[in-house]
Amino acid sequence: MTQPEITTPVVTPAAGGALLSVRGLVKQFQMKAVRGMTGRKRVVQAVSDVSFDVAPGETLGLVGESGSGKTTVGRCVLRLIEPTAGQVMFEGVDLAKLSFEELRVVRRRMQIVFQDPYASLDPKMTVGASIAEPLVVQGVGGDHNEKVVSLLELVGLSADHARRFPHEFSGGQRQRIGVARALALDPALIVLDEPVSALDVSIQAGVVNLFNDLQARLGMSYIFIAHDLSVVRHTADRVAVMYLGKIMEIGDAETVYEHPTHPYTKALLSAVPLPNPRVERSRSRIMLEGDVPSPVNPPSGCRFRTRCWKATDLCAMQEPVLEVRSHGQLSACHHPEE
Amino acid sequence: MSESILQIRDLTVTFATPLGPLVAVRGVDLDVGAGELVAVVGESGSGKSVSFLAAMGLLPSTATVQGSVMLDGVQLVGASAKQMRSVRGRLLSMIFQDPLSALNPVHRIGAQISEMLRAHQKMSERAARARAVELLEVVGIPQPGDRAMQYPHEFSGGMRQRVVIAMAIANSPKVLIADEPTTALDVTVQAQILEVIQKVQKQFGTAVVLITHDLGVVARVCDRVNVMYAGRFVERAAVSDLFDAPTHPYTRGLLASLPQAGKERLVPIVGFPPNMLRPPSGCAFRARCADAISDCEHAVPELRAVGAAQSACIRAAELMQPR
Ligand SMILES: Nc1ncnc2c1ncn2[C@@H]1O[C@H](COP(=O)(O)OP(=O)(O)OP(=O)(O)O)[C@@H](O)[C@H]1O
Ligand SMILES: Nc1ncnc2c1ncn2[C@@H]1O[C@H](COP(=O)(O)OP(=O)(O)OP(=O)(O)O)[C@@H](O)[C@H]1O
Ligand SMILES: [Mg+2]
Ligand SMILES: [Mg+2]
Repeated sequence: MTQPEITTPVVTPAAGGALLSVRGLVKQFQMKAVRGMTGRKRVVQAVSDVSFDVAPGETLGLVGESGSGKTTVGRCVLRLIEPTAGQVMFEGVDLAKLSFEELRVVRRRMQIVFQDPYASLDPKMTVGASIAEPLVVQGVGGDHNEKVVSLLELVGLSADHARRFPHEFSGGQRQRIGVARALALDPALIVLDEPVSALDVSIQAGVVNLFNDLQARLGMSYIFIAHDLSVVRHTADRVAVMYLGKIMEIGDAETVYEHPTHPYTKALLSAVPLPNPRVERSRSRIMLEGDVPSPVNPPSGCRFRTRCWKATDLCAMQEPVLEVRSHGQLSACHHPEE
Repeated sequence: MSESILQIRDLTVTFATPLGPLVAVRGVDLDVGAGELVAVVGESGSGKSVSFLAAMGLLPSTATVQGSVMLDGVQLVGASAKQMRSVRGRLLSMIFQDPLSALNPVHRIGAQISEMLRAHQKMSERAARARAVELLEVVGIPQPGDRAMQYPHEFSGGMRQRVVIAMAIANSPKVLIADEPTTALDVTVQAQILEVIQKVQKQFGTAVVLITHDLGVVARVCDRVNVMYAGRFVERAAVSDLFDAPTHPYTRGLLASLPQAGKERLVPIVGFPPNMLRPPSGCAFRARCADAISDCEHAVPELRAVGAAQSACIRAAELMQPR
């Protein structure tokens, strides 16, 4: 296996110091050799040299098309999977240097909420037991019932929901139960992985509001992973745009949405259908050709170049690094829009 | 609207379930003009797919279909299996969210399209193969000649959906029903597929019914919108009217819940859609409606003209007045 090349990480420093610092994160998956392919191992470059900070109380949105590595970043941050290389610092501590026991304690402070409210709850457990489970696992003493009730109320459900089972709840309610569970240990960081994608828009709005309200009250940070760019714009303070395992552009969310400098960001934003017929019918659209290339053999140089209308020979030869643009965000492009 | 090519009247679909009869579609009317692109939007479970699966004769035997579906003068409700086989693909085609379900994994793409052609047209094998390659070109598949020789698993999700569209339009149907055709795709690929659908509509004059829950997609490509709630249409309007002046509280609620640039706070619709096994009396939306009055409990409101739109809210005109 070739050693992944780590460039000097450039990040936008989070104001007031970072809660989470990710530097040069790499995750490769070994794939079993396919029959007839003479035993050669294939390596999926799921995340390649990703660096970012998350400040206390901040929401970092992670957007990008399917397979761009968003979930893998989230899982590496929580150390649900072992990164291939790179550093994850949480509250000033390098997670790789912790013993198993120390990691278990730190994990209390980091939680994850998944996309599928149906799959993420144990159907045989009452809602109350599901919410209390992290407390039990972490050996937290005291009256769990009281805590469960306050958590249910926090997410807009009521005390008598505790005795019921997941199948008695709608998608939006189940997602609230998942959030209550994630909140049980007072986390400082919650990774929200497509938390509203499975919900109807009318229900989605309530869950999005819940995330915003909880953050205003409790001050935790979120990594908000979604492919719906409009939802991310609504929730995120900063946003990172990923493509084939790399961050293409990162910065203040309004800035990135209003003044995208990476051609991929521009194309992605122009592809998003907006619920406004006048805007939709008058704006010019960038049509990207083809599909995302395979992460097993990503293009040389800039990974986006095979679909980029601005690509030149330079883009194939030299990989662009993240650089500061005039509106303050960073983007990795040899021919940025300014 | 020009003469309608697809005319649905009082369509009702009832499923026999272990918990009793479930009326999923409750007396739906719809007219689709030749060459028109109309949207059907609504929450999950509102009856969008079932309505058109009924028209296609593709519902399981637990379903009872009542009412009328006229396609270019042919009655589809109660038609025999043989008649429906001749209609499907020739007059009426449907594509789905998951393109793989429509493709045979062990047959080459080109062969599947030519088989579709020869099922409905007298055509030599050779002519059908050549036409298949042309169709792949129409839907924007590069090197269509080479690609025709490949199998579905060699295609990406977006490319597969193009192939499925090529198959669906092979016999120049009058109406193409696209049921969430881009929901499983990335936005950049979604944009490509929407363009292909618009091209088919413009170039071949195919009427398209686009089923979606994405109001952004509606705003981009559709002419008219039909909003479905709990098995009924509650509003229909030209696309610009729907967004500018929605006439039904449910439509207003949907728009208020959408994240949009500059919007400070989202306004969800409170509560949940009704249980279709035991729907409430009167207006199905009233339990979630801030504007509901006691009259809303009595009769099921019919669609009535409100300006240029149609609304199934008894207070539509009154609530539209600036307050
Ligand atoms: N356990 C695994 N084994 C092999 N490959 C994997 C594994 N997990 C992820 N990958 C691959 O890594 C890449 C990144 O996947 P990841 O799930 O992080 O993407 P994502 O951005 O979350 O996509 P989506 O929007 O579809 O959820 C993909 O090519 C994926 O197929
Ligand atoms: N085979 C079936 N047997 C019993 N009930 C069914 C069957 N198919 C659908 N239904 C019910 O009919 C109703 C309408 O379903 P339908 O699939 O049309 O919804 P939809 O509007 O297409 O939703 P979605 O946006 O989730 O696709 C739902 O309540 C559903 O549970
Ligand atoms: Mg993911
Ligand atoms: Mg459906």
